[in-house]
Amino acid sequence: MSLFKRYFNKKAYDAEKTVIWSEELPAPSKGLFLKRFKKHKLALFGFWFLVAVAICAIFAPLLAPYEQNEMSAQFSAAPSMEHWLGTDQVGRDVLSRLIYAARVSLMVGLFSIAIAAVIGTVLGLLAGYFGGIIDGIIMRITDVFMSFPYIIFILVVASIVGPGLTNIIIILGVLGWPSIARLVRGNVLALKQSDYVKASVALGYSTPRILFKHILPNTVAPILIYATSGVAGAILDEAALSFLGLGVQPPDASWGNMLSSAQSISILTDLPWLWIPAGLMILFTVLSVNYIGDALRDALDPRNTK
Amino acid sequence: MLGYILRRLFIAVPVLFGVTVINFIIMKMAPGNPVDMLVSPKLPEAARQAKMAELGLDDSAVSQYISWMKNLLFHGDLGYSMITFQPVTDMIMDRLGPTILIMGTSLILGLFIAIPIGILSATKQYTKLDYFFVTGSFLGISIPNFFLSLVLVYVFAIQLNWLPSSGMKDIGTTGSVWTVLLHMVLPVIVLVANVAGRNIRYVRSSMLEILGQDYLRTARAKGLKESRVVNKHAMRNALIPIVTIIGLEIPILFGGAVVIEQIFSWPGIGQLTLSSIMSRDYSTIMGLNLVAAFVVIAANILTDIVYAIVDPRIRKSYLGASKR
Repeated sequence: MSLFKRYFNKKAYDAEKTVIWSEELPAPSKGLFLKRFKKHKLALFGFWFLVAVAICAIFAPLLAPYEQNEMSAQFSAAPSMEHWLGTDQVGRDVLSRLIYAARVSLMVGLFSIAIAAVIGTVLGLLAGYFGGIIDGIIMRITDVFMSFPYIIFILVVASIVGPGLTNIIIILGVLGWPSIARLVRGNVLALKQSDYVKASVALGYSTPRILFKHILPNTVAPILIYATSGVAGAILDEAALSFLGLGVQPPDASWGNMLSSAQSISILTDLPWLWIPAGLMILFTVLSVNYIGDALRDALDPRNTK
Repeated sequence: MLGYILRRLFIAVPVLFGVTVINFIIMKMAPGNPVDMLVSPKLPEAARQAKMAELGLDDSAVSQYISWMKNLLFHGDLGYSMITFQPVTDMIMDRLGPTILIMGTSLILGLFIAIPIGILSATKQYTKLDYFFVTGSFLGISIPNFFLSLVLVYVFAIQLNWLPSSGMKDIGTTGSVWTVLLHMVLPVIVLVANVAGRNIRYVRSSMLEILGQDYLRTARAKGLKESRVVNKHAMRNALIPIVTIIGLEIPILFGGAVVIEQIFSWPGIGQLTLSSIMSRDYSTIMGLNLVAAFVVIAANILTDIVYAIVDPRIRKSYLGASKR
């Protein structure tokens, strides 16, 4: 384990440290995986919470009592039977906006990490497998990207390409790959020494076949574990960007921009139903994702003997 | 050791160069022209062009980069703000103090909380206490820092009226140490919750790994007391990887500072970053980005060197490799 790999990203380092599947330490069977996963009660709870959020997001038009931008006659109304979570300053139903905003968070979480994982995995595979100058160039680019404080980097790029949901997904995806590339590279370096990869080389298999059919499947576990924490991070980053006004733009609802109005003291004090539910939704969603990540780490660990 | 340090510094040179190039490319890609923010839209085109030439905005990108780098390398000069016309270096220097104050305090307090709790959690693995701390650390990493800030402001500044919620000192006063401390409490609590949350599990897993080592079994087999095994043999080794935390935390804290300083109107680097982004003040953003990247790289180099000093295995393995 080189020092340079070690310092940059401890999450990548942790995942790398825990799981590499090999001949001696094979992947757990499906049954064993489920058994271990179910032991993590909080992760199970988180899983069902996320299922509920996903249902809300998919069926938002059916479940939400009002349209997300539908205005009623009641401005800044406190929670009531008509509006369970009250209304905002222009009379929109807070509960409905909360339900529609679930779409934003889940989309950002899943799609941005998918982009980051594809870029990171390909670059990591190339760097680790070919080594030498290719490795040197890819790793130096990774170093450069990781030298900028992440949030500031995102803010600057978001201010340049402009706000909006699609842009946020692309920005988080395109800037999120370096730690995944590092992680994959580390695994490939270890797997390259294994007998079965040496055998594949000796059998004369093509390089793409070795990379994608033999090496990649065995680095799936760490990527998956890292990606889970990445989903949590992306949801938080989108919320922070929208909160600062550089993310999803009103009138579209996002949990982050729903909290944004609470920067004014009068709203913070007088309309708590406007910002507390949105904050709690972010907290519980991110918490659920993080618990699932923790359970995956336990369940996929080949050294786990339970 | 000196060889190791030099090698480490040498690796940082191309990275720093890459940082300046990427920084410059991003700023060149920016839409909108700062001149439009400065002059009235009614100004004739010729006068607008003259202003562009005055600011050096009509030169080619490469020559703009070279002149910017020259100023930076030979004069430590990051140029002038396109909005306020102050030197960027001065603007950053003015803001650095307050940011270092809250970042440093939060980092130190966060580690003072995370290290003992992480170690305790590891030695009492799978007990109620362990679950309690681990759950707390999950809360710390999952709560959005702006939401926690708003909750704290709501409770402590508005409902209880115990603490101030904005600025660094009371308006119209010079600010005694005591008032600055009072203003620091809320932003520091938010950052500490983040730092401790991120690191409790890190310290815990580092300690757990050590606790499974053979030499600890040997220590116990020798008949040493459990407290001595944990406090002397295990802890010293577990603390080594913790050195890396400081290097890892600095970039994250820099990012957190943007949000926290904005909410608490803390007059630091983060607030300056956000306001320059909002006003498209490219020269200031470039300067800030570069300083931030420089601090991150410096922190990483320092971490590596300290790591090599405290862990003889790394020092030896490097020296051994270089002799071969």
